[in-house]
Amino acid sequence: MAERSFAREVEDLKLSEGELFRGEGILAITKALLQSGVAYVGGYQGSPISHLMDVLSDAKPVLDDLGVHFESSASEAAAAAMLSASVMYPLRGAVTWKSTAGTNVASDALTNLASSGVVGGALIILGEDYGEGSSIPQERSHAFAMKSQMWLLDPRPNLESIVKSVEDGFELSEASNTPVMLQVRIRACHVHGQFVAKDNQKPKHTIKEALENPVRELDRIVLPPQSITIHDRDKIEKRWPAALQFIKDRKLNEHFGPEEGPVGIILQGGMYNSVIRGLQLLGLADSYGNSAIPLYVLNVTYPLVDDEVVAFCAGKQAVLMVEEGHPEYLEQAVATALRRRDIQTVLAGKGTLPIRGDYTAAVLMKGVEKFLGEHAPQYLGNRPPLPSADAVLADPKVKALADVVPARPAGFCTGCPERPIFAAMKLVEQELGEHHVSADIGCHLFSILPPFNIGGSTMGYGLGPASASAFNVDAEKRSIAVMGDGGFWHNGLSTSVGNAVYNKHNGVIMVVDNYYSSATGGQDILSSRALNPLRSTNNSITKAVKGIGAKWVRQIDRTYDVGKMRDTLKEALTSDEEGPKIIVASSECMLNKQRREKPLFSKGVKDGKRMVRERFGVDEDTCTGDHACIRLSGCPSLSLKHTNDPLRDDPIVAIDNSCVGCGNCGEVSEAAVLCPSFYRADIIYNPSKTDLFMARVRNAVIGFFQRRRQARRIAFA
Amino acid sequence: MASTLSAPAFDKPISIAILAMGGQGGGVLADWIVAMAEQQGWIAQSTSVPGVAQRTGATIYYVEMLAPKDGKLPVLSLMPTPGDVDIVLAAEFMEAGRSMLRGIVTPDKTTLIASTHRSYAVGEKEMPGDGTADPQLVVEAFGVAAKRTIVFDMQTLAEKNGSVISSAMFGALAGSGTLPFGREAFEGAIKAGGKGIEASLRAFGAALDRATEGKPDKVAKKPEKDLPEPPRSVGQPQLDALLGRIHSEFPAALGPMLFAGIKKLVDFQDVRYANEYLDRARDLLALDRKANGEAHGLAFSQEVAKYLANAMAYDDVVRVADLKTRASRFERVRKEVGAGKDQLVYTTEYMHPRMEEVCGTMPAALGQFIEDRKGLYAFMDRFVNKGRRVRTGTVFWFAGLYMVSALKPMRRTMLRHKREMAHVAAWLDTATRLLPVNYDLATSVIGTRRLIKGYSDTHSRGEAKFDRVLSAVPMLEAREDGGAWLKRLVQAALHDEKGKALDGALATIRSFAN
Repeated sequence: MAERSFAREVEDLKLSEGELFRGEGILAITKALLQSGVAYVGGYQGSPISHLMDVLSDAKPVLDDLGVHFESSASEAAAAAMLSASVMYPLRGAVTWKSTAGTNVASDALTNLASSGVVGGALIILGEDYGEGSSIPQERSHAFAMKSQMWLLDPRPNLESIVKSVEDGFELSEASNTPVMLQVRIRACHVHGQFVAKDNQKPKHTIKEALENPVRELDRIVLPPQSITIHDRDKIEKRWPAALQFIKDRKLNEHFGPEEGPVGIILQGGMYNSVIRGLQLLGLADSYGNSAIPLYVLNVTYPLVDDEVVAFCAGKQAVLMVEEGHPEYLEQAVATALRRRDIQTVLAGKGTLPIRGDYTAAVLMKGVEKFLGEHAPQYLGNRPPLPSADAVLADPKVKALADVVPARPAGFCTGCPERPIFAAMKLVEQELGEHHVSADIGCHLFSILPPFNIGGSTMGYGLGPASASAFNVDAEKRSIAVMGDGGFWHNGLSTSVGNAVYNKHNGVIMVVDNYYSSATGGQDILSSRALNPLRSTNNSITKAVKGIGAKWVRQIDRTYDVGKMRDTLKEALTSDEEGPKIIVASSECMLNKQRREKPLFSKGVKDGKRMVRERFGVDEDTCTGDHACIRLSGCPSLSLKHTNDPLRDDPIVAIDNSCVGCGNCGEVSEAAVLCPSFYRADIIYNPSKTDLFMARVRNAVIGFFQRRRQARRIAFA
Repeated sequence: MASTLSAPAFDKPISIAILAMGGQGGGVLADWIVAMAEQQGWIAQSTSVPGVAQRTGATIYYVEMLAPKDGKLPVLSLMPTPGDVDIVLAAEFMEAGRSMLRGIVTPDKTTLIASTHRSYAVGEKEMPGDGTADPQLVVEAFGVAAKRTIVFDMQTLAEKNGSVISSAMFGALAGSGTLPFGREAFEGAIKAGGKGIEASLRAFGAALDRATEGKPDKVAKKPEKDLPEPPRSVGQPQLDALLGRIHSEFPAALGPMLFAGIKKLVDFQDVRYANEYLDRARDLLALDRKANGEAHGLAFSQEVAKYLANAMAYDDVVRVADLKTRASRFERVRKEVGAGKDQLVYTTEYMHPRMEEVCGTMPAALGQFIEDRKGLYAFMDRFVNKGRRVRTGTVFWFAGLYMVSALKPMRRTMLRHKREMAHVAAWLDTATRLLPVNYDLATSVIGTRRLIKGYSDTHSRGEAKFDRVLSAVPMLEAREDGGAWLKRLVQAALHDEKGKALDGALATIRSFAN
């Protein structure tokens, strides 16, 4: 297990009726699932929903009490397929992943699930990773809802609304026999807020009951001709109208502000707070969201309830559609609804607002101002001065900062075991020239950035080696593909390694094994090394690749051995053997290792045990300030220091106290023949009697010679 | 209709943005602020976008808070709006710069609380020269952007109090008086937090006092160089003789740099060696004067005083062995790693000698003899050329290094010395030839020495750059601005490892020639 405890968060899951929950959005969703009588939960970790998975992993007693089955799925496809349990059985199930990355992976299963329809509520919680800080391409989950005819919830970003949306989502799913997606944007996942909790509910039907009483309904199975005849008809003639009815009856979409007005704003629920802030700044809303402009808030963004849209628009001169991302699916749907009923209200949307990019409060403030300026200028009469940084940003002194404020690309943590792998790769490049390097998804991706600048593509999780598959011809150079252990088990084993073995690809595949799915927060996976009583771990990657026919396989158990890494990589690039050359480079993720070992070390020291701490240092007399070591490492603890020595021009290298003594810098300087400045200091806490005796002897001998030389040395003080 | 058009009352929440890097505890700080506000009965909301920024990337946390009215919950924003942020906390000095570039610091409302310490970004660190950004520009922008600033080194203050920067920043926030809560409220939030409470409170208190005092820390890209005037006497006859020469044979302006030079060379070799340095400097000074150097403030001799000392004190095995075995070094390591009195410290040096270094340490003729025989050289290299972990604190390894350093008296006869001196001679020849023709260019040629640094491969790379920069000299000789261009070439050479910037600069110079 990753050595981080979520015990405090688990306590929040136990809150009962009337108690105040205070915390993060994603944790509120977790609690809402239990309040809704969910029978099973699955998912694949990733920002911004990792927390949901992590907390449930640690919440076994709570889940056991309720009879909820939880599992960490092998991939989003596995998680989506898990919802199959709700097709025949009245079981409430929820799965979660990062979207759209995970929704892409899950698409196959979602298509089939949506075709079959469900009898138990099926909820898919999507961490919508869009906008600033996003780590994936900018696409919208909305498209998936449209193509599969699943419903999409986009609640207002406060805990109360989000929690209500979870509960509504299950009911909507059951009322319309359709899986429901609930999208929560990054900031909403991490928002700290509050809601009044309810008691957790045991599932009305349990997995056990279902398993022991199998049901088989031919009509629900995706098989021709059912999928064309029954499912297609059901989707349009039964499920769609049922959903519309439920949304209307339960008033899932909300209205704010005056009932009538010359203009109005239609917005995605997730945009609510930013729209309100825009209105507040324009003097058109108070602190509590009371708006002078009629607002129609879509907590359900798919399907659109045409009747509600028309009722809102009719009688208004113009409406503004606030829809983040592109294409503008909602605006098109609203336009169609108005056109079909021949409503002549002007529809503003993209154009008044930017076509692309984050819809921040500032962007919305300007967009609403423009909209009102064109269609209802009377609202802009008594405006307070709008906040603006334009004057500051136009000042030459502030502009000058653009040249000096450094970019801060994400990089490997201090002591990361992946750093030496890429240092070795750089050394090989110096010898054999640059190669085509396909990267994958995961921490190792940071090697694309400075100082390594290695890697030319990423195509998706577990697809690194597959994305090099075209480069399978005779040539002077071979392709190198890198994949993490997370990607390997996600689907890399078959899609990437199997593909390369079958097609006799001669390229090099580097599997970076750091014992966890580290980039997503250090979750266990099949090859994790620690014993996990709840899961099967310690399944070797090397054995797996050999099992599917790989011949040239090298296991390196200490990635910090830069010389060995370099030589193995060179061998892989030059070996005559046919088929992929697979290097499994294994060392534990330092972040997780430190979490485990630091407390043990402190306890050992406290208990008076002999403990040795290692850390590295640089001799400032011998460092000449070339920084080659930094270019081969980029370790955060390896920094610079300006000296007051008048004979030196350039800052020297210094290692700060965050050093964890991984040894990479020493190994690199040795392998790359850099300089003798690095030293490792072994600090012995609570030295033993033998230690003390040896130290006395050594000090006596060494001290004698040191004093002798010092006495003879002529030097300025 | 009319009623809906009157502006609704908008009680502005207090907005706080925290700019931090992954691992700096920005989240902890945001949590404290929220917890404190909630304990005081306020409604508070925080958000962040960690994503991949967890690892060394820059990230922003955002908090809004408002006192509740009639039990109603306010609608708070999930992101800062430029021009509308009350308090910005920057956990690093350049991040303060970033906050201004993002437009969230404005002179009508923003109090900017920033730590003056620097945590260099990889782009600053990886340059072969000095790629660090100038913090002075951030200071200058304060005057334009911020209503008020509180700047001091919160990192060092936190470390001194055994804590981390988040507690110091929380203290600075308390000291700023920008939040309507008393000291107890802040301390209450820390106490409710759980871990490391005592140290956090200590750092918090110290930072609060510091912020209340209001004296900002000075920021500078680098410390002033230590260039004292040479004393008349240090009480050792041989050294005093050296000092005497500086005072009698050179103008006072050259004194401090020459003093630094002889200090280094006496330490590197011996008094005689330092005298040789002064001999050369004196001869070059004569040439400088002949070339009307006084009109240039003897800039040539200034550069000679600095770079000749560096050139003569080249980095060789003997020097490394000497430095690594000194008692003062043992002490320094203990201090650097923060070892306590009852702890033992052993160092392991990472060394990688090659046959080149072995030959360099041999008497010139013998070293040359082996180098000339490729087969023999390669054969011996196989035994020598490998990484070695040298445990300097043990008697065996100490003795080994001690013996190597004991070769110092023989240094003048070694192959490496012969080569270094030939290199120095060629370099000085180029400079002195140019001196009567183009004074600035000659001075810049001396400064080109800056490019030679390091050991082994680094050293060869430096020499190659040195040669390439000097290859431009014939094209620059006739140009009045030749010296300035050569300086630019040196800067370009220090810009990146492979010398792409240098290629570009050289191409520009070639275009002049055509």
